Amino acid sequence: MRRRLTAEDIGLRMMTGGFGLLLVVIVAGIGVQLYRESTLSIAKFGWAFWATETWDPVAGEFGALPFIWGTLYSSILALVISTPIALGVAVFTSELSPAWLQRPLVFLTELLAAIPSIVYGLWGIFVLVPVVRQFETSVPPALRAFPLFQGPPLGVGMLAAAVVLAIMVIPFSSSVAREVLRSVPRAQREAAYALGATRWEAIRAALFYGRTGIIGAVILGFGRALGETMAVTMVIGNNPQVSWSVFAPQYTMAAVIANEFTEATEELYLHALVEIGLVLFVITLAINLLSRALIWSVGREGKRVRRTRPALAAAEGA
Amino acid sequence: MWWRNLKSTAFVALCGLSVMLALLPLAALLYFVVSQGISSLNFAFFTQMPKPVGEAGGGMANAIAGTLILTGLGACFAIPIGILSGVYVAEYSASPFAPVVRFAADTLNGVPSIVIGVFAYAVFVLPFKQFSALAGGAALGIMMIPIITRTTEELLKLVPSTLREGALALGATRARAVFTVVLPAALPGILTGVLLALARIAGETAPLLFTAFNNRFWSTDVRQPISSLTVQVFTYAISPYEDWHRQAWAGALVLVSLVLICALLARVATARLERMQKGL
Repeated sequence: MRRRLTAEDIGLRMMTGGFGLLLVVIVAGIGVQLYRESTLSIAKFGWAFWATETWDPVAGEFGALPFIWGTLYSSILALVISTPIALGVAVFTSELSPAWLQRPLVFLTELLAAIPSIVYGLWGIFVLVPVVRQFETSVPPALRAFPLFQGPPLGVGMLAAAVVLAIMVIPFSSSVAREVLRSVPRAQREAAYALGATRWEAIRAALFYGRTGIIGAVILGFGRALGETMAVTMVIGNNPQVSWSVFAPQYTMAAVIANEFTEATEELYLHALVEIGLVLFVITLAINLLSRALIWSVGREGKRVRRTRPALAAAEGA
Repeated sequence: MWWRNLKSTAFVALCGLSVMLALLPLAALLYFVVSQGISSLNFAFFTQMPKPVGEAGGGMANAIAGTLILTGLGACFAIPIGILSGVYVAEYSASPFAPVVRFAADTLNGVPSIVIGVFAYAVFVLPFKQFSALAGGAALGIMMIPIITRTTEELLKLVPSTLREGALALGATRARAVFTVVLPAALPGILTGVLLALARIAGETAPLLFTAFNNRFWSTDVRQPISSLTVQVFTYAISPYEDWHRQAWAGALVLVSLVLICALLARVATARLERMQKGL
């Protein structure tokens, strides 16, 4: 028998659904508002905005290439540093660590994600930057000839930003990778051990099984790194230039918005900054979509396998 | 075989090493925040206003009040929306609209905070030509909503279905069952989630830079620009004055303590919840 719907039930559905709708409206609203507030810049510069290297608010010339370069370069460098560490942490906390150590370790690595980014920035300026500067001065002159290490050793710059970002991204990638490893069916590992695999070979098999999810975890970290603002602003040097050098002070999309938004008195200037925000929104949206799709596909497979296991065990018992 | 064993041992060692590499910055960060911050953290820090450059002493009373007001505004705005949309996603998960809401929440969670700030500027600052605490609170609220939505959903799903069915069997309407039985059962967990969300947004800087802006004076007027601990720490950190740097470290210590306390409370609460569930 079907329950009769009362006015109260319909009311509940309408009300909670209304709040759900509000959430959707906010997300759509972000896209629409950012577009509306950047029309001037879009109309004036078009696609050239993203290929122009000059950023000269006084002359009214705006090109966002240095910012998109800085954002991508710093995030990719951060991933290069953080990915092996995050994977190591995920494997250690889910497979290797003794049981009593597991929870405290997970708690501590997740604490890294809870610390406000302004605190990372403060620490970056006064502790990390001097360390990076020392490292930069100690790089032998032979290496300094490479474009990667050119320029004066300032401390502030791409390298400091990448290191701070890497630290901040580790907890995100490692916690997702840990979940992925957990959703790999035990049978997978047990089969490997049964075939005489060593620990490394068994875990490699598990990592391989969950590879799409692991890639998803790394991409999720990438999305975080792209949008990170305060800590990067405080250590990257804020100089709009396109350079391969990791010693050079550069600039990112989020940082230029944070620094120049309140100074943008002219409408075109403001619209150019909002357009950078709009693109940042679209990029992070796409990246989140991609990473979620990848992580979700592993979770689903894992579930399907797990669901069939009790049946198998029952069959063996009989 | 010895070669494969060696490789395996090396791998285990590398994993252990990466845990240490990940925890090293955490230790260094906490060490510096505590050691640098503790010397400037005194009673005056909480009760006095910032002093002009050159005068020693002073505090961040206005910034602390500002952070409380902004976080409170954000919570007022986000908690109802978050919990009720979470109820929708959990209760009507079969409806075709539920995945859309869930997707919107996940998307919003991934939007960089600076972009939320630009959005709040366009909606709450531009039309009124005035930076305000209200705009800052709205920006923080928008960041909080998806966290609360997803926490509520997860926790409502953990409530045993027998509870809901019992209420329905007694003749309760669905609305009555949700609000008097299911939601109260999940409430401790939801409050933990809210606490964590509060800790997170209290530490946000980027969305406040051009919504709440900053204010050198004592202000509790929500229509006026307002100071906040995070923006104040930022201003002090990039200033050239030694004395301000000390104040920035003290502010950072307050922020980190806040986060640590919330994280520990949440951990205790979740441990208790887990024990309760095992007991069932």
